[in-house]
Amino acid sequence: MDERKVSAALILLAVPLLAFLLAPVLITIPISFSADPYLSFPPSGWSTRWYRAAFSGGAVLDAFATSVVLAVIVTTLSLLIALPAAVALVRLRWGWVSALEGFLTAPLLLPAIVLGLAILIVFAPLGLLATFPGLVAAHLVVTLPYALRILSTALAAAPLAAEEAAATLGASPLRVFWRVTLPAIRPGLAASAALCFLVSFDEVVISLFLTGPRLSTLPVWMFHHVENEADPLVAAVSVLLIALTVAIVLVVDRTAGLSRTFVK
Amino acid sequence: MTAALAVPPPDMPNPARLPAGPALLAAIVAVNLLGFVAPVLNLLRLSFLKVEAIGTLRQTFDLSSWHAILTDGFYAGLLADSVLTCTLITGLTLVLSYPVALLIHRCRGTVRTLLLVMVVTPLLTSAVVRTYGWVALLYDQGLVNGVLMALGMSAPLRLMFNTVGVVIGLTEILMPYMILSLLAGFGRLDPRCEEAAQTLGAPPWRIFLRVVLPLTLPGIALGCLLTFVLALSSFITPKLLGGGRVFLLATEIYDQAMVTLNWPLAAALSIVILAMFGLALVLYGRLVRRIG
Repeated sequence: MDERKVSAALILLAVPLLAFLLAPVLITIPISFSADPYLSFPPSGWSTRWYRAAFSGGAVLDAFATSVVLAVIVTTLSLLIALPAAVALVRLRWGWVSALEGFLTAPLLLPAIVLGLAILIVFAPLGLLATFPGLVAAHLVVTLPYALRILSTALAAAPLAAEEAAATLGASPLRVFWRVTLPAIRPGLAASAALCFLVSFDEVVISLFLTGPRLSTLPVWMFHHVENEADPLVAAVSVLLIALTVAIVLVVDRTAGLSRTFVK
Repeated sequence: MTAALAVPPPDMPNPARLPAGPALLAAIVAVNLLGFVAPVLNLLRLSFLKVEAIGTLRQTFDLSSWHAILTDGFYAGLLADSVLTCTLITGLTLVLSYPVALLIHRCRGTVRTLLLVMVVTPLLTSAVVRTYGWVALLYDQGLVNGVLMALGMSAPLRLMFNTVGVVIGLTEILMPYMILSLLAGFGRLDPRCEEAAQTLGAPPWRIFLRVVLPLTLPGIALGCLLTFVLALSSFITPKLLGGGRVFLLATEIYDQAMVTLNWPLAAALSIVILAMFGLALVLYGRLVRRIG
């Protein structure tokens, strides 16, 4: 497609709207460097006291550690479970594949508040509330559909002819998968790992139902903190989270492509 | 890679190459059954049970939750408020997102990628972080009130802990979804149609009303469906920006489940949300058929 004219009126209209869209994300940056003990803008002075407060231990660091370990485990399990499933869905052309795919991605259609409540009620009698395995299982329900979708797309685009050539030349199915298929879908693997990590790391509604005073994730800790007090501590944590998000957006853009992943 | 290689032929490959097809799917199906199907079915069952004392359930059939929802005026008001607020949010989100989506659609290369990063980054940023940002903007000592006071206002505007704050926050939080839905629908927008209208002497506003808008209606319908459904099920933003003073379906579900510990009522309200989803989907289906 050649260059198209973008009218000045459209740019004038869209720029303030983009500013509105980015305002709440951007304002956390100056606030995180505030010297004030409470939330105010503009701050009366500047300091790094809130970053020091965030890193000085206690509940924030505990919650952060829980979230990182949780996200790593959930991402690993998501790839291990979704990859074989994606292979089966894409390579075996069963008649009911699309129905099965719809069924497996259905958890994404359910509002998190409903899913969280539903899981809470089933997990409570099993003793899984406020436990690490409970959080892993609940997060898997929402990360697996993302992983399955991205990996299926990647597998469908992988060159089948190369696999067939390798098989014809005597490579075992496992070897074909390891040496031909896997390298071909590496961008898809990276993109789904990045998204699963982010979805798990940012998950808050379902986690709210499944955490307690002894076990909290970073977003749940932030939620309760914002609910109870207005100080710049959350801003400092937010800036670190935003940096992580931007990094992951760039990973997805470099691997799967932003347009292809988010604009269908 | 050529197009011929990109799509596997329908009869390929034979099951001999994948001897363990069902085994490959076992784990994901198990997670889905145990973590999604069973809990949701259980939710439906639970809405017909009874709470004895706080937190304990009696396993007897009981219609008190549904009776309360259908007869108590509080829940009718809650439902009406939720639908009205979410409709307002959907309309605002559409108006504010359309120009951005059109701009992205018309840009190419680095500018397009940059604009997409600006849209997707908020989408992937935690709702808690973005809501906190809105607290910082709308607070009595926040940015917006700071500017207003500097311009000569005597007292800060109450922009938080009320419906105004919830509407502003949710509109911004849902904009990326609307923008991406609109973009997906803009594929039908052929620049040659606009050029033809322009050549024939139509002024820009007329081209927009008669050419651009009708061609992008499917994207608008999809975006509105998604935004409405997401607004209705949003919890973090109404809870934090509403400060416990704005009552919507989702916040009520949480309060009943975690504060009052009336699980059957929370379950019944969840079914109400799902029914609203179904209704929105039916309306969307009709609309799409009408648009063609």
